[in-house]
Amino acid sequence: MDIAVLIEWIAKSAILIFILLTGFAYTTYYERRLLALIQNRVGPNRAGPFGLLQPVADGVKLIFKEELTPAGAYKAIFLLSPILTMVPALVIMAVVPWGESINLFGREIFLGLTDINVGVLYLLSIASISVYGIVLAGWSSNNKYAMLGGIRSSAQMISYELALGLAFVPSIMMAGSLSLLDIVRQQGDGFYLWSLLGIIEGGQTGGWFIFTIPGLFGAAIFYIAMLAEVNRAPFDMPEAEQELTAGYHTEYSGMKFALFFMGEYIKMIAVSAIFSTLFLGGFSGPGVYESTIPFMGITIGPWPILGPIYLGLKIVASLGLMIWIRATFPRLRYDRLMGFGWKVLLPLALANVFLTAIWVIIFQGFTG
Amino acid sequence: MSTDVILFLGLAAVAIGAALGMLFSRNAVYSALFLILNFATVAVFYLLLGAPFIAMAQVTVYAGAIMVLFLFVIMLLGAEELRKRGKLGWQQPLALLLGFVLVAETAYLVFVRGDLVSQIVPAAADYGTPKDIGILLFDNYMLPFQVVAVLLLVAMIGAIVLTKDDRKIERKTSEEKA
Repeated sequence: MDIAVLIEWIAKSAILIFILLTGFAYTTYYERRLLALIQNRVGPNRAGPFGLLQPVADGVKLIFKEELTPAGAYKAIFLLSPILTMVPALVIMAVVPWGESINLFGREIFLGLTDINVGVLYLLSIASISVYGIVLAGWSSNNKYAMLGGIRSSAQMISYELALGLAFVPSIMMAGSLSLLDIVRQQGDGFYLWSLLGIIEGGQTGGWFIFTIPGLFGAAIFYIAMLAEVNRAPFDMPEAEQELTAGYHTEYSGMKFALFFMGEYIKMIAVSAIFSTLFLGGFSGPGVYESTIPFMGITIGPWPILGPIYLGLKIVASLGLMIWIRATFPRLRYDRLMGFGWKVLLPLALANVFLTAIWVIIFQGFTG
Repeated sequence: MSTDVILFLGLAAVAIGAALGMLFSRNAVYSALFLILNFATVAVFYLLLGAPFIAMAQVTVYAGAIMVLFLFVIMLLGAEELRKRGKLGWQQPLALLLGFVLVAETAYLVFVRGDLVSQIVPAAADYGTPKDIGILLFDNYMLPFQVVAVLLLVAMIGAIVLTKDDRKIERKTSEEKA
């Protein structure tokens, strides 16, 4: 194997992990400030300018906290489960493309770790094993609240995984590929409204998938299911304080707790990135590809380096919506949550697959 | 040695270790976890063999869906700890004998017949892509595919009917009678 390729992969992985960890820290800050804004409070503003150093202070606090292991806990599993929560959250980002290739140091470097032809299936398989961390944390803690929290959240994640998987289908069918890079490329050059009107040149299908009818339904189902998948409000059942203390991480403290916290927020970032990639055109935006500005006739691009910036903006918008939802909606009751997942979301997602098939045949023609 | 061989040997050690761990651990949850590790390793084997689709299906279906349910049942039944002495009477010597026969057969194939590795032709780069599998399933094997789908549906409905609360049905029928 070429040593340069190896260095490239390691560097890209390190950068991605660094971005995700920094992103995690500032997502907590973002959430607290936005929640404060919505609730007419100030929020953390003491550490550094505008409270920007608050995540650092939190991190230092968590490092110096005492770590407790409850009596009667299964120690090995108790230690393993925060790691099992954290790792899937990090590796799921491996297939999300951040842009087209750029030239750096005389090498063609693809922005993104890899592009595999089973990218969407990879997302599903990682999502399906991310349950283990939570369920094992609950079981190994030797605590009734933790056990109940773990079982609740794993039941919830398994149930919503089905709707989540089916919500992938509209994008896959409209793009005709399981590769996330192909899905992004199918969504046009960023002037989505222009391409929405069908006035694009070259016959390329275009426009963000959220602007098609099946894509819109798919995006709505995906967003709801992904909130449940990452245990966010209004589906934050495992952390229903009034009922379960703190759910599966009741017994965790110090850095082990921080790992769960980190896992949750990195998962939020990851599902936002996946949502943007599947329905909001991913890294594409004006200027990423060579494109002509509508009505002006000026040709701009291609500037592939803009890709990560556009994807970052879309992730921030999606995270903002998640926080807004948290500030707005009360928590669902547990049986209603399960009923909603199985009796409403799953049939709707299935119907949407049929709708997509019809849509694809009408607008893209039948390709055998 | 090429990187593939090193990778294969390392993974094989992990897979065998996980399988042994599953057999010998006295705690059902640990056994289940070892089995998950084994499934995950097998998925990486598929990746090495150039079959990413099957690898992903392996992780999603076996390591993800099925083992979560196993773990669920073990935890909900509270059947984690195995009793000290199992009720295995005549099975144990038989299992040993059959295991020995299997090892002997494999050894015969590998060492006496010999040179099996050179007979293996590496798969083409685009072998087993999702598109190819889809075309095969919906073209050549349309009927078996549909039959399997119906079978799975029947099994699913059967499971739901079996676990349905009987009292509700009784009450309904008695209400109908009255």
